[in-house]
Amino acid sequence: MKVSLFVTCLIDLFYTNVGKATVELLERLGCEIDFPEAQTCCGQPAYNSGYIKDAKEAMKQMMRAFADADYVVTPSGSCAAMLKEYPRIFRGDPEWEEEAKRLAAKTYELTQFLVNVLRVEDVGASLPGRATYHTSCHMTRLLGEKEAPLRLLEHVKGLELVPLPNAHQCCGFGGTFSVKMGPISEQMVDEKIEHIEEVKADYLIGADCGCLMNIGGRIGRVGKPIRVMHIAEVLNHRN
Amino acid sequence: MPMKIENGPFWKRVEENLQNDFMRGAVAGMQDRGYVRRLGVIEELGHWEEWRSLAEQIRKHTLENLDYYLMQLSENVAKRGGHVFFAQTAEEANDYIRRIALEKQAKKIVKSKSMVTEEINLNPVLEAIGCDVVETDLGEYILQIDDHDPPSHIVGPALHKNKEQIRDVFHRKLGYNKSSDPVELARHARETLRRDYLTADIGITGCNFAIAESGSITLVTNEGNADLVTSLPKTQITVMGMERIVPTFKEMEVLVSMLTRSAVGQKLTSYITVLTGPREQGDADGPEEFHLVIVDNGRSSILGTEFQPVLQCIRCAACVNVCPVYRHIGGHSYGSIYSGPIGAVLSPLLGGYDDYKELPYASSLCAACTEVCPVKIPLHELLIKHRQIIVEREGKAPVAEKLAMKAFRLGTASPSLYRFGTKLAPSAFAPFAEDGRITKGPGPLKAWTESRVFPAPNNERFRDWFRNRQKGGNPS
Repeated sequence: MKVSLFVTCLIDLFYTNVGKATVELLERLGCEIDFPEAQTCCGQPAYNSGYIKDAKEAMKQMMRAFADADYVVTPSGSCAAMLKEYPRIFRGDPEWEEEAKRLAAKTYELTQFLVNVLRVEDVGASLPGRATYHTSCHMTRLLGEKEAPLRLLEHVKGLELVPLPNAHQCCGFGGTFSVKMGPISEQMVDEKIEHIEEVKADYLIGADCGCLMNIGGRIGRVGKPIRVMHIAEVLNHRN
Repeated sequence: MPMKIENGPFWKRVEENLQNDFMRGAVAGMQDRGYVRRLGVIEELGHWEEWRSLAEQIRKHTLENLDYYLMQLSENVAKRGGHVFFAQTAEEANDYIRRIALEKQAKKIVKSKSMVTEEINLNPVLEAIGCDVVETDLGEYILQIDDHDPPSHIVGPALHKNKEQIRDVFHRKLGYNKSSDPVELARHARETLRRDYLTADIGITGCNFAIAESGSITLVTNEGNADLVTSLPKTQITVMGMERIVPTFKEMEVLVSMLTRSAVGQKLTSYITVLTGPREQGDADGPEEFHLVIVDNGRSSILGTEFQPVLQCIRCAACVNVCPVYRHIGGHSYGSIYSGPIGAVLSPLLGGYDDYKELPYASSLCAACTEVCPVKIPLHELLIKHRQIIVEREGKAPVAEKLAMKAFRLGTASPSLYRFGTKLAPSAFAPFAEDGRITKGPGPLKAWTESRVFPAPNNERFRDWFRNRQKGGNPS
């Protein structure tokens, strides 16, 4: 099965290891990885800031880049949710509406793709330790995916998964919100870290590099013994 | 209390409230308890998403046919002997109510909870002609006697006060000498208020839903105060926002059940009162005269715009109760009597961007509000719409942001520029990076690195690794 990887700008630039883990994991499960070089960014930073026209140019580029793809898979719930919004954003645009619908229909967040398309829950991963999972807002509320990551993590050998208190609460990232509203964002991420500490987790696992950059960035600043991992890294981890 | 709360610029309000540990504890406790309670009652009801769709459909249908239902409502109120007044502005509404108070030579006026009368700033107008205006909702009463402390929550206006503070207010203003036990405090308020009900000339209420088919109004309380306000004084004035209307009793029943579950996690509140016109022959109680004041005050200019869904709101505050930003900054930070996500959407529409330009940004767009809204207002999307207007129409976006977005457009619309830009990133960030982390960033990164470390861009981008690997370069 040919899978076109949308790696996201954060992973392309900052979290290369997450991209590598995604490729290795999908290959191990029998996929052939295609990486369209013309991909850029889903457009969300501009879209969420109200720069809709600028965002649309990025979105058009994404539609061009993935025009020939069968499946578009991305290790980010937030970026997947943005791609799924294209049909609404280009509604009534004779040139792009159909392409937007096509792209949205063939886009999957990584764990969704594993569980719902490849129909696999045990990917043969193992990682000893105690972990808790951060359910990202866009993944659960905009994409509507609440189950797939947990199904996969439950099968990771050696991993003890404990529920995160107040898991439904935002970690305070919110893209430019974290910078524009820094003092408020800081209170939100601190509360998130308190809850992670409360369950004595060795690992904080998430499916969105935005949230992980925020939570990990604060953990790095205040110095806590919690390791932050993207779910692709966990699922690709074998002893 | 007008819609705008005069307590300084946005960041001053936020900084002050972030220091208010008591308020933050009270809000967090309310949110956490409310979260569990709400889930319990919606699970018990079952098919919650279908109920939401039905409620949304009812609100949308009503708004699309608002002229028809307003006409039907006013005809039916008139048929039952009531008076209807359409007020285009706050001034028109206040003038009309003042005229009635003067005509009745009213000395005392009792009020049940009403956000719209706060929005139009009614109380000072009545006080200026010598009326003693008494708020009878316990929360509003506490705030009123505490020198008009502004409400910090749509449903629980005095959420930011603890029982000791309330005891002190009662002591200072009412000569109360007992404990801070809530039961004792409530009993004292009840006894004081009972005298007010009995001596009031006019009762003023808000309106949860007006029912077009019968000309009735519905009031939802847990205290029963609205029943006394509407049954004892000779004159009743009900003030409603022009969108607070349902076609028939059937839709009212659906929306009330969504309202009480969403607002306070109750199947029903203690009192749900439906009143139709003034007292008729054979009625045991009720007002001799009934006035319905229907307030526009900017609402009709929202109709027909992309913000129309905000008029679906039934003021349950479920969005406030799940908002992680409200959780930390509390209601007063919003500078408006409408706080939380609904306040962030509504306040700039009713009060303009000059006073409320920060509010659309006071959200991480986590969409918790959109998820719980019982009438499916896409709140986080409307916040993005506000941002779009601030950027495109108002031209109020900061220069640094505009430049960043220009760069974004150039970089993301063209794959070659994107590749070029991301290739340069590691060297651009290099002066600030140490062990792959940035602890003191330049420009907009500064706000980030004040509380967090930022990852330094990798020298090898993912795309470089992938390309090399395809060529059989490095295996992993």
